[in-house]
Amino acid sequence: MIQSRTFGAQASRFLIILVLVLIACLSLAPIINTIMVSVSSSTAVNAGKVYFLPVDINFSSYAKILDDAKFWRAFLVSVERVALGGAINMLLTVLMAYPLSRTASQFRARNVYMWIIVFTMLFSGGIVPWYMVISKLGMINSIWALVLPGAVPVFNVILLMNFFKGIPKEMEEAAFIDGAGPLKILWHIFIPVSMPSLATITLFVIVGHWNNFFDGIVLINDSHKIPLQTYLQQLSLTRDQMQNLSVEQLQQYNKISNTTLNSAKILVSMIPILLIYPFLQRYLIHGIVLGSVKE
Amino acid sequence: MSSLEASLNTERQVSGRIRRKRKAYHEMTYHFMLLPGMVLLFIFSIVPMFGIVMAFQKFIPAKGIFGSKWAGLTNFTYMFQLPDAKQIFVNTLVIAVGKIILGLIVPIVFALLLNEVRLKVFKSTVQTIVYLPHFMSWVVLGTMMTMIFSYDGMVNNILQLFGLERTMFLASNAWFRPLLIVTDTWKEFGYGTIVYLAALTGINPSLYESAALDGASRWKQTLNITLPGILPTIILLGTLSLGNVLNAGFDQVFNMYNPLVYQTGDIIDTFVYRMGLIQMQYSFATAVGLMKSVISFVLIVVSYKLASKYAGYRIF
Repeated sequence: MIQSRTFGAQASRFLIILVLVLIACLSLAPIINTIMVSVSSSTAVNAGKVYFLPVDINFSSYAKILDDAKFWRAFLVSVERVALGGAINMLLTVLMAYPLSRTASQFRARNVYMWIIVFTMLFSGGIVPWYMVISKLGMINSIWALVLPGAVPVFNVILLMNFFKGIPKEMEEAAFIDGAGPLKILWHIFIPVSMPSLATITLFVIVGHWNNFFDGIVLINDSHKIPLQTYLQQLSLTRDQMQNLSVEQLQQYNKISNTTLNSAKILVSMIPILLIYPFLQRYLIHGIVLGSVKE
Repeated sequence: MSSLEASLNTERQVSGRIRRKRKAYHEMTYHFMLLPGMVLLFIFSIVPMFGIVMAFQKFIPAKGIFGSKWAGLTNFTYMFQLPDAKQIFVNTLVIAVGKIILGLIVPIVFALLLNEVRLKVFKSTVQTIVYLPHFMSWVVLGTMMTMIFSYDGMVNNILQLFGLERTMFLASNAWFRPLLIVTDTWKEFGYGTIVYLAALTGINPSLYESAALDGASRWKQTLNITLPGILPTIILLGTLSLGNVLNAGFDQVFNMYNPLVYQTGDIIDTFVYRMGLIQMQYSFATAVGLMKSVISFVLIVVSYKLASKYAGYRIF
């Protein structure tokens, strides 16, 4: 690319960089503010003195979290659901993507399955029947309620299926001639070749499970068994309690709610995401190419 | 000669039979591989679809679906008469369309700006920062936003520093919708640029070289080469977003709204949740939800049809 060296061009390049820096700061501002609030004193926070620097720096909020049994119980539930749910998601994704990646002549029922799967992605019975089915199955308050209803990540199945389709035929032909069955071909050829795609999908699945709060609200009534995001969600007043509050009472509520402690809690809940973020970012572009905008 | 031909023929027949047998065995294996997933999809996606009949009943849990009385379309006529229901459709539409428009424009502008930067380290640092909010849940971000935009939050503190009046952003029906749209764009714009950045790498660099030789400025090059280069992507994403005009974002609204802003901020999904699972009006909630599902389904199918016709886009 040829760059002009005139003053105007230099100035506009400088301006662009300035705008980008500003936008990046804006992206980080809420997070940085939350970090600063979490390490400042409650009085300073309530007096509105905390922006992007800590005031009366102290880590008492984090010390409190360390002793908070409820927080860590919820944290463990989340870890459990990520491990269990993630494993099931990945197993089913691989098992379903392979047969669906065959052509209709190789697997005659392929298109029938495909239409059913796409239909479940585009249409749903709504939340009320969904809840009733799960409750009729006796899964309320069980970890399975957080894992099984979303066990088939349809979108990921389609992503992986498209990737499998792109694998050259020659790769499996040798194995086929040697008499290998579908499971062998999948295990020895398709999975090793698609490691980056599988890594991408695994990361998305982990983030999805970790961030999900809604099924915990609806399907888990026992406060000992709620996942972390649901626990955090319920730290704020329930909507029904808020129903009867006036503007003044709401302001009062915001004052007494423990802003510093809650900030620390949501930040600790982000740590696992931040830990896998470098990997996430590495595979991000890959994931987009995987969900190829154009075929 | 003829014996050789005969033996070749039988060999062909045998290998054909083996091949057919093998194909049958493979197909059987495919069915078994799909079985566990299909069973789970059936239980948790297909079975609930039959629950839609509740929308046409006066459903009473104790009597079940088979014992409850039929109500015809009364749930739907009730919905159209209820002013609240009309309001939530309007809210949903306004919020969703606002998000679609801003969510389309901001990533394009940002990608174009980023494209002008040659410094690799700077570029990737900015990308790392702006992608981050996409991976955070609305529980976390909702808590942050509630703190920052509350009456004594940071934004109001800053406003006061400049001598402006404090505003209850989260309890104001004038501010709540813009707040939803802007904070959602804030969360997703970075992630949205990825597609455009990928499209930008596909533009032939020699186009820029010849344009520069002809004396075209950077701005002119952006206008005449870069924008047309990513136009197919823009059109494709715009078309596909048609399927989202009734998706105002449950997670975000649920974590940011309160009864004071129901008038402008309550959307179909939150309304159905409260009606169905809190107030136990099963039939009515199912009817409202069904209305949304059907309209969304039609819109998604239409948008896919358009996308495949004009952009050659196919998901499977």
